[in-house]
Amino acid sequence: MVSTTDTLPAAEQRGRTSELWSWASHHKTIVAGIAILLALVAIAIAAPWLSGDPLQFEPTNRLRKPSGQFWFGTDQFGRDVYARVIHGTRISLIVGLSVAFVATAIGLFVGVICGFYKRVDGIVMRIMDGMMAIPAILLAIALITLMKASLLIVIIAIAVPEIPRVVRLVRSVVLSVRTRPYIDAAIACGTSNARIMARHILPNTVAPLIVQATYVCASAILTEAGLSFLGAGTPPEIPSWGNVISLGRTFFQIAPWIIFFPGVFLAVTVLAINLVGDGLRDMLDPRIARRM
Amino acid sequence: MAAYILRRLIATIPVMIVVALFVFFLLHLTPGDPAAVIAGDEATPADIEAVRRKLGLDRPIWEQFALYVWNLLRGDLGTSIFSNLPVLTLVKQRLEPSVVLAVSTLAVAVALAIPMGVLAAARARTAVDRIVMGFSVLGFAVPVFLVGYLLIYVFAIHLRWLPVQGYRPLSEGIVGTLRSIALPSLALGMTYMALIARITRASMLEVLSEDYIRTARAKGVSRPSILLRHALKNAAVPIVTVIGIGFALLISGVVITETVFNIPGLGRLTVDAILKRDYPIIQGLIILFAGAKVLVNLLVDISYTFFDPRIRQ
Repeated sequence: MVSTTDTLPAAEQRGRTSELWSWASHHKTIVAGIAILLALVAIAIAAPWLSGDPLQFEPTNRLRKPSGQFWFGTDQFGRDVYARVIHGTRISLIVGLSVAFVATAIGLFVGVICGFYKRVDGIVMRIMDGMMAIPAILLAIALITLMKASLLIVIIAIAVPEIPRVVRLVRSVVLSVRTRPYIDAAIACGTSNARIMARHILPNTVAPLIVQATYVCASAILTEAGLSFLGAGTPPEIPSWGNVISLGRTFFQIAPWIIFFPGVFLAVTVLAINLVGDGLRDMLDPRIARRM
Repeated sequence: MAAYILRRLIATIPVMIVVALFVFFLLHLTPGDPAAVIAGDEATPADIEAVRRKLGLDRPIWEQFALYVWNLLRGDLGTSIFSNLPVLTLVKQRLEPSVVLAVSTLAVAVALAIPMGVLAAARARTAVDRIVMGFSVLGFAVPVFLVGYLLIYVFAIHLRWLPVQGYRPLSEGIVGTLRSIALPSLALGMTYMALIARITRASMLEVLSEDYIRTARAKGVSRPSILLRHALKNAAVPIVTVIGIGFALLISGVVITETVFNIPGLGRLTVDAILKRDYPIIQGLIILFAGAKVLVNLLVDISYTFFDPRIRQ
């Protein structure tokens, strides 16, 4: 008796570990993506300890090649590109996560309302169609031209054009769920609309929303870099990858490293997020997995 | 058929009305004083007042709105704050490079991506398939500017095959134009190709598992004929749809690509407008680009009738 109670937790433990292991070996892309993302989050958190000051000017060290002293070289002001790229990780991750959160939250709210109340639906969906016709980057540029540049404005400007896609997704889920018998049953039982939405409809949107959120996050990071590259993004004093690349533009023939390193960080980050997104999509919707 | 096209055409009107309304209210609903932001940090109250007058913000809102709608209907997209030139004139000056870039990117992407997708589906779960899929995953992640600078570095600076930057107008000969647009099209087309290749493969795989493909095979139809005549045509609707969706990506990408390659097109006009906070130009470009996108979607809708006659009803 005593021995079984003693060994049981250990056996269960082993069972769980091997279960996790087999799950991981079946979802290699998700695991790889998560591993890269965790490393990037660690870099973002530990940035001040991993590198020097990203803003320090050293005119004597202008446009140095990558070396033991300056791993990623220096820019035209003698600033350490490595320090700037490491600190840029923070900006990209903050923008990506905030935009994903804001766009999904607003999109979820509007989408559920649209799917549930037919009267609102017609008008709101026409507005969404119009917003989707405007290229995301131009809409963001317009918002940024009209307001003072700050990280918050950049996040809002990137989130706004992402909202319609989330609304459409949520709305389509709500519309298909609404026709199910258990919703009729809930209505027949006199359940309030708010409760039906919260208890019976919202849970169905979670899986597709998580997948969509990863794509919003990846596209937000690319858009921020694009906006900064064009000079309409994060204020230039903040070292974001887009800003570093933007400054490297003039000197790229003699100092390609200023563009190369932040560009690779950017690509790897977006790749990792997409791997997680693709993996989750395949996991949550096996029907698509077989096709893709 | 004509009724279908007419219906699609009418459906574009509300979309464009929303776009126009949206752009108008963007200027009026943004918190803070847009005139002060546009005038810049060192502006005097008189400067701010001048910008306010130029934007028409000093008049009652209904009057501004009526004027804005009237001007749009006449094809007047507004006047630049800085150069005082009509936005339409500025757009016309910069139109050619952007249109050439967009069209050649579309051509390059479609011409490369569809064969890639077909090949991947025909050789599903082989090395060829993995390479195509790997490329399509990478294509989504690598930003336009990184691809652009890498291409410049390899093909222009190192191998010296093509010009580093700049644009040669069509009036100076098409060969020069094509040479100057080759690298930009490839850079811009990367994401687009990834998207099209992925959908082509998925759509082909679905069609290839249909019974009539097995029948065709049993009848002894040759493999290329099965793939192209029987499968690809029936797999076309999602592919064409995604070509239309991807066009939006292309427009955003044009702005960045033109900056990388120093092409004096609409993208450069946008960047100059950003630096000077010349809002009327950005406003005009939004309406123009949205119009282009709506037009492409209309063409896509019409092309469905060619691939799938059932849609005509």
